[in-house]
Amino acid sequence: MTAPTINHFAIWAIYKAEMARFARSSIQSILSPVVSTSLYFIVFGTAIGSRMASIEGVAYGAFIVPGLMMLMLLVESLSNASFGMLMHKFSGTIYELMSAPVSHVEMVASFVGAAVTKSMILAALVLATSAFLVPLEIRHPVWMIGFLLLTSVTFCLFGFILGVWAKSWEQLWIIPGLIVTPLTFLGGAFYSIDMLPPAWQTIAMFNPVVYLISGFRWSFYGTADVAIEVSLAAVFAILVVCFAIVAWIFKTGYRLKN
Amino acid sequence: MSSIISISGLTKTYADGLVALSGIDLEIRRGEIFALLGPNGAGKTTLINIVCGIVNPSSGTVVAGGYNVITQSRQARFNIGLVPQELATDWYESVWGSVSFSRGLFGRPANPALVEDVLKRFHLWEKRDAKIMTLSGGMKRRVMIAKALAHEPTILFLDEPTASVDVELRRELWAEVRGLRESGVTIILTTHYIEEAEEMADRIGVINKGTMVVVDDKIALMKKLGGKHLTLHLQQSLAAIPSALADWPLSLGAGGHQLIYSFDSDGADTGIDRLLHRLTELKIAYRDLHTSQRSLEDIFVDLISERKGRGP
Repeated sequence: MTAPTINHFAIWAIYKAEMARFARSSIQSILSPVVSTSLYFIVFGTAIGSRMASIEGVAYGAFIVPGLMMLMLLVESLSNASFGMLMHKFSGTIYELMSAPVSHVEMVASFVGAAVTKSMILAALVLATSAFLVPLEIRHPVWMIGFLLLTSVTFCLFGFILGVWAKSWEQLWIIPGLIVTPLTFLGGAFYSIDMLPPAWQTIAMFNPVVYLISGFRWSFYGTADVAIEVSLAAVFAILVVCFAIVAWIFKTGYRLKN
Repeated sequence: MSSIISISGLTKTYADGLVALSGIDLEIRRGEIFALLGPNGAGKTTLINIVCGIVNPSSGTVVAGGYNVITQSRQARFNIGLVPQELATDWYESVWGSVSFSRGLFGRPANPALVEDVLKRFHLWEKRDAKIMTLSGGMKRRVMIAKALAHEPTILFLDEPTASVDVELRRELWAEVRGLRESGVTIILTTHYIEEAEEMADRIGVINKGTMVVVDDKIALMKKLGGKHLTLHLQQSLAAIPSALADWPLSLGAGGHQLIYSFDSDGADTGIDRLLHRLTELKIAYRDLHTSQRSLEDIFVDLISERKGRGP
């Protein structure tokens, strides 16, 4: 028998298996990020936010929605995509993936595709929840979805790399916990970069998450710390770097093959 | 007979410097059961993993089913099934889900009737909805085999298939393997039990320290390797073997208290009958006797010294 040119059966099989894993752990993987993000809205938006001045004409509770969604999206994209890969390495089932007639592109497409689907579902749930708690406005919905999708793909690819690289569950949390979360908090999730002293504004420009949050917030309220084109360019730059690393991983078999 | 797998000049040195394979040349014939026999650490699993695409070789080429496993990996892998040594499956997945997943992964459209047939053949049908983590070790092994067969491979690798498997499953497995051979599947199994190789294989390759020591038809090889010993525990020790027994290849052991006879158990006439008769005639009394298979270790020692004797 001849192998199919594109092994779409395998893409679908991996995608389905990843989505099934997501569904099995729905409390941890759906409820927990939605609840914890909603708590931010309640505490910072509704409770404290009512005593705070609006920023650039946007009520504080509404102002923090894009940043918090971005925080959830980055952390969840990283951990979902990395978890699947590490699970295969950890349980030994990687043997089957490595011996299957599946190309590298197909493998990445299926794993990252499933992780992106999860991230988009979570983003939709968080957005719907926030609409109940704070006055929301979305000026550029197409841009908003586009930005969401682009960021998900980028960070799911990043997560895939993380899953290949990590040798333990502890290592899996280093990037989302110790790097991405602090960068998001310092990247303008809760404030506008304009509000920082000039020296800190300069430093903040080296934080890639600033560009993600700024662009995303622009799609909601039309205000941004940096121009939307710059934000887009930053996301594309991270995406290209991730693609290059994934290509290198498969070319060398790094941490996948002996 | 045509080869379905051709391995030439295959070497593998791991990153830590361990030399697993040092120059393997091997032809597997289409439709045979080939046993790769060797002690732990001989390189059996490395060899299998290279053919299946899990390990990259350091040098050499492997052609499986007419396709180079590196440059035409998709087509080569499409027809290969692997049952690994370890029980590695998604523990939270159901039996049905896991076997169906494997079929899809290897590029086949869903075929519930075929998956049902495979599950029934391995007595997994009743457990099709059970999570794999709830199954016993033997049942998990059956799942591993079912997964490897779900895409109807024409080449099947079984890496230590009977490790930690009970007698019942072992018999079932052998019956199934023979059935697969009948349907035209080529089967390569690894084992460190000589009895297993003897029972199952058409041909046997002995591997030791990353080198093929010998590859031969089972019958020819077992003649060469499969000698047995008859040990007689004598009532009274002998100082030398009596000349009346010179027709038999005998030796003395335990300070003359044991008389050891080496014979070929596959031969039509083992000569035991006549030997015992002659001993009675000679009034050489014995209080116990037993026969033993030569151990694999003995055989390796023989084979390796034989090779050295032949020179490089």
